[in-house]
Amino acid sequence: MAVKQVNPTRMELSRLKKKLNTATRGHKLLKDKRDELMRRFLEMVRENRALRVEVEEKIRQANANFVLAKSSMSEETLKVALLAPKQEVFVNTSHKNVMSVDIPVFDYTTRTPDPNDIYSYGYAFTSSDLDDAVKSLADILPDLIKLAQIEKSCQLMADEIEKTRRRVNALEHVMIPETQEQIRYITRKLDENERSTQTRLMKVKDMMLKEAHGY
Amino acid sequence: MSKIAVIGDKESIYGFAALGLDTYFINYHEDNVPLFKKLCQSQSYSIIYITEAAASLLDKEIEKYKDQPAPAIILIPGVTGNTGDGLSAVRKSVEKAVGSDIFNE
Repeated sequence: MAVKQVNPTRMELSRLKKKLNTATRGHKLLKDKRDELMRRFLEMVRENRALRVEVEEKIRQANANFVLAKSSMSEETLKVALLAPKQEVFVNTSHKNVMSVDIPVFDYTTRTPDPNDIYSYGYAFTSSDLDDAVKSLADILPDLIKLAQIEKSCQLMADEIEKTRRRVNALEHVMIPETQEQIRYITRKLDENERSTQTRLMKVKDMMLKEAHGY
Repeated sequence: MSKIAVIGDKESIYGFAALGLDTYFINYHEDNVPLFKKLCQSQSYSIIYITEAAASLLDKEIEKYKDQPAPAIILIPGVTGNTGDGLSAVRKSVEKAVGSDIFNE
């Protein structure tokens, strides 16, 4: 592997060792984070799928009800009936922290507590099919909001998992091996320097002894 | 306190108005990007439901909001039937997180 140029000094060596230490610890922590995130994500995404299939089926039925309602009354009557809604839905968003991902929690309140306020029309000119249709849609609303919450959470978590995985891989396959290689290089170089000093000293000692005593 | 918006063709979503959600009718032949952007940036909606047919026209814009905390953009089937785009969006996030779709049936 191509090694980046480093100064073979003791200071650099201790710096690199510290870096390796941090990198290893960070790698372990991030790996744990990734695993836990993945576990939660899989749990949530399973729920997401089930809920989505359910909600889609219910919306299909509600749509069918609306088509039915439309067929038994005139376009104008329908338009007028739904022109001015009585009810209003407000969403209160709070956040929950799951492994450093802020996932939203949606809480909804309606403007009036009366469940019958979804019928924004007098019953005289509309067919009962419209009542059924509106009711079927109103029944889905809690599930729809739950779906929104779970699906958004899944998207955010998927994003975070991807980021974490990249970080883990970068540490595991680039940063840590590179630093280890650099540490090895410096150690070898320092050892080599020491050996050469040793031999030089021995050589000098030999020469001095020769000069002094004529060995 | 924020509200919920519903985007789609009139036929698919007019019922939501009765529940008290804000409905925005769009025409599939027009450029709906400005309206969508306006709704997303207005901060008054934390959830936006959008029909699958409308979403397929706004693919790129929706993608931008996937990693934002708000708003949550959720696909719903329209009156013309389920195109499966909603489920494939879930599948996509699994693919993003895991690397492959492990729930493939």
